[in-house]
Amino acid sequence: MKDLESNKERDAIQRRALLSRLIFLVPGVTYIVVLMLIPLGFIFVYTFLSRGTYGGIETVFTLSNYTRALDPLYLKVLLDSILIATITTLLAFAIGFPVAYAITKLPAHRQNLMLVLIVLPFWTNFLIRTYAWIVLLNTQGFLNQGLMKLGVLSQPISLLYKPSAVVLGLLYAYLPLMILPIYSALVRIDPAMREAAVDLGASPSEAFRQVTLPLAIPGVLIGGIFVFVPSLGNFIVPELLGGGKMIMVGNLIRDQFLKARDWPFGSVLALSMVLMLLLLFFIQARINKRILGVNHA
Amino acid sequence: MKVSRAAIATAALAAAVLVLTSCSSSNSTSGKLDPKADLSKQVLTISNWAAYMPDDIPAKFKAKFGTKVTVTTHATNEEIMAKLTAGGDSGIDVAFVSGQFAQALAAQGLIETLDKSLIPNVANLYPEAANLAYDKGNVYSMPYSWGTTGICYRSDLMKGSEPTSWMDLLAPKPQFKGKVTMLATERWLMLPAQKALGYSINTQSATEMAKVKDLLIKAKSNLLAYDDTTFYDRLVSGEAVMVEAWDGWCNYGIAKNKNIKFVIPKEGSDLWADTMVVLKTSKNKEAAHAFINYILDKDVQSWVIDNILYKVPNKPAMEKSLPALVAQYPNMGITPAELLKGESIVDLGKASALYTQIATEVSTK
Repeated sequence: MKDLESNKERDAIQRRALLSRLIFLVPGVTYIVVLMLIPLGFIFVYTFLSRGTYGGIETVFTLSNYTRALDPLYLKVLLDSILIATITTLLAFAIGFPVAYAITKLPAHRQNLMLVLIVLPFWTNFLIRTYAWIVLLNTQGFLNQGLMKLGVLSQPISLLYKPSAVVLGLLYAYLPLMILPIYSALVRIDPAMREAAVDLGASPSEAFRQVTLPLAIPGVLIGGIFVFVPSLGNFIVPELLGGGKMIMVGNLIRDQFLKARDWPFGSVLALSMVLMLLLLFFIQARINKRILGVNHA
Repeated sequence: MKVSRAAIATAALAAAVLVLTSCSSSNSTSGKLDPKADLSKQVLTISNWAAYMPDDIPAKFKAKFGTKVTVTTHATNEEIMAKLTAGGDSGIDVAFVSGQFAQALAAQGLIETLDKSLIPNVANLYPEAANLAYDKGNVYSMPYSWGTTGICYRSDLMKGSEPTSWMDLLAPKPQFKGKVTMLATERWLMLPAQKALGYSINTQSATEMAKVKDLLIKAKSNLLAYDDTTFYDRLVSGEAVMVEAWDGWCNYGIAKNKNIKFVIPKEGSDLWADTMVVLKTSKNKEAAHAFINYILDKDVQSWVIDNILYKVPNKPAMEKSLPALVAQYPNMGITPAELLKGESIVDLGKASALYTQIATEVSTK
């Protein structure tokens, strides 16, 4: 009853404030149009043009940039990147969900402290944090030398410069982006819903599976996208922790623009990344709609 | 209706792209330089690698000429090229770029022909410094430092098996496998295989590059990593025993461990140079020339030798600094004549895409 009244009031305020709201929208919309849509339009047009010898484009129409993107060489880079990003995302979920759940069980002031601790690594430069892993993991590093001193290892083991090191680096970098959305989804669940389930005879584990988990899924999806997308596009971690021995699609795109000076082909690769991202958001919106029966855009 | 609206939008965008790209090709006309220009009325923006010249240069230059100097930094050639070729005025007057990139800038008409009458310190340069393939006669670029690429190794850990050939790096003896790094930047990634196979480091032949690729793929299985920035530290820690290295960077390892040595493999190597160029868009060209002249001063260049441990093509500076350094850093003693035996790196033109594709193929194997 109280909810209904406050809804009505809110509607009224919203109607009155419609005009001022539109004004508030102007900076955001301008930002998106000028800094996203127009550049994206450029990228789209570039994909049909030919490369200039020193970068840039020559206005000769071609479709060869698209056919080239289907070369097995580039498809393999894309598939490898998707695999790495998927593993990273699944691991981030496996680690992030319990952490987020545990935080919601703490008293409020402790929750804030934990959230601050989780974003704390972001206060240090990403490159430095990545280099730190090299210092920790290399054969002469703290971990190997420490384990050898303790007699656990007789020979240093190589932990770096392989795909697993890339996954580790990405997981470390983006785990907070999984924890935070899941936490915010979990913390918003009305405790009354769980209590109702238990009152109606559900065991705590049933209540968790049938009430808590489904309601957390929107947060999980957002977290998944937040981890998957930057993992897919990252080119620093494969270079440093992968030892440059493997490349991901982010490296591929950067190299087309800066090294090969092939802007049109780089544009095709960049555009396909954008389309993948859109597809992910579309899927996420559909799942959300099905779960919650509403469209959280 | 929807379709046609989309078509109109696309056409409008295409038109916008065309207009913008055609704008970028028009340049300011290069007028005559005025030797008596009041330099205190000009301001300079310099782009250089971080810590690659003395920090007090802007202050000293201002004290001498009254010109305000701002220094911005770039991390790589690619980064500064992206800025300079984006079209329009980058706001940069003088840029430090490697020779082959100066060549590419000149080919695009983005940099100014240098007026040597405003750079009297050009007399400090070795005669060999005017004979670099990317810009014979230093028409549009002035060399700042130069050197070569070789193998940097731990003589104590490789006793009796010291490297002499690029093949020692590409196909290391069993005990050294996994303790080798190569440079990651494309041109130097290709170099050991190109030289080992007897090819030019500037080859544009697809068949030669296919063989280079095969050799690099074989070599990859023995590598610890591709590394452009920390390879000398890996030698110091012993994580690696030999690395492909620029001469100056090997000196950073030698400074920490005297067992580290540098060798130019018998198949030969490259001659790289970092240069200074003046942008056509600069409105402060007299000051830009004065700046380049100032940098070619004996004392400034000897700072580079003492602090960066790079060789410079500046005769009086080398004569001043070399005696104190050459015992500890033998590669500082490589003479200009010896350097010129190395092949000068030149721009690849259209073939740059071939090199990137091969680098991609190597890294996916």
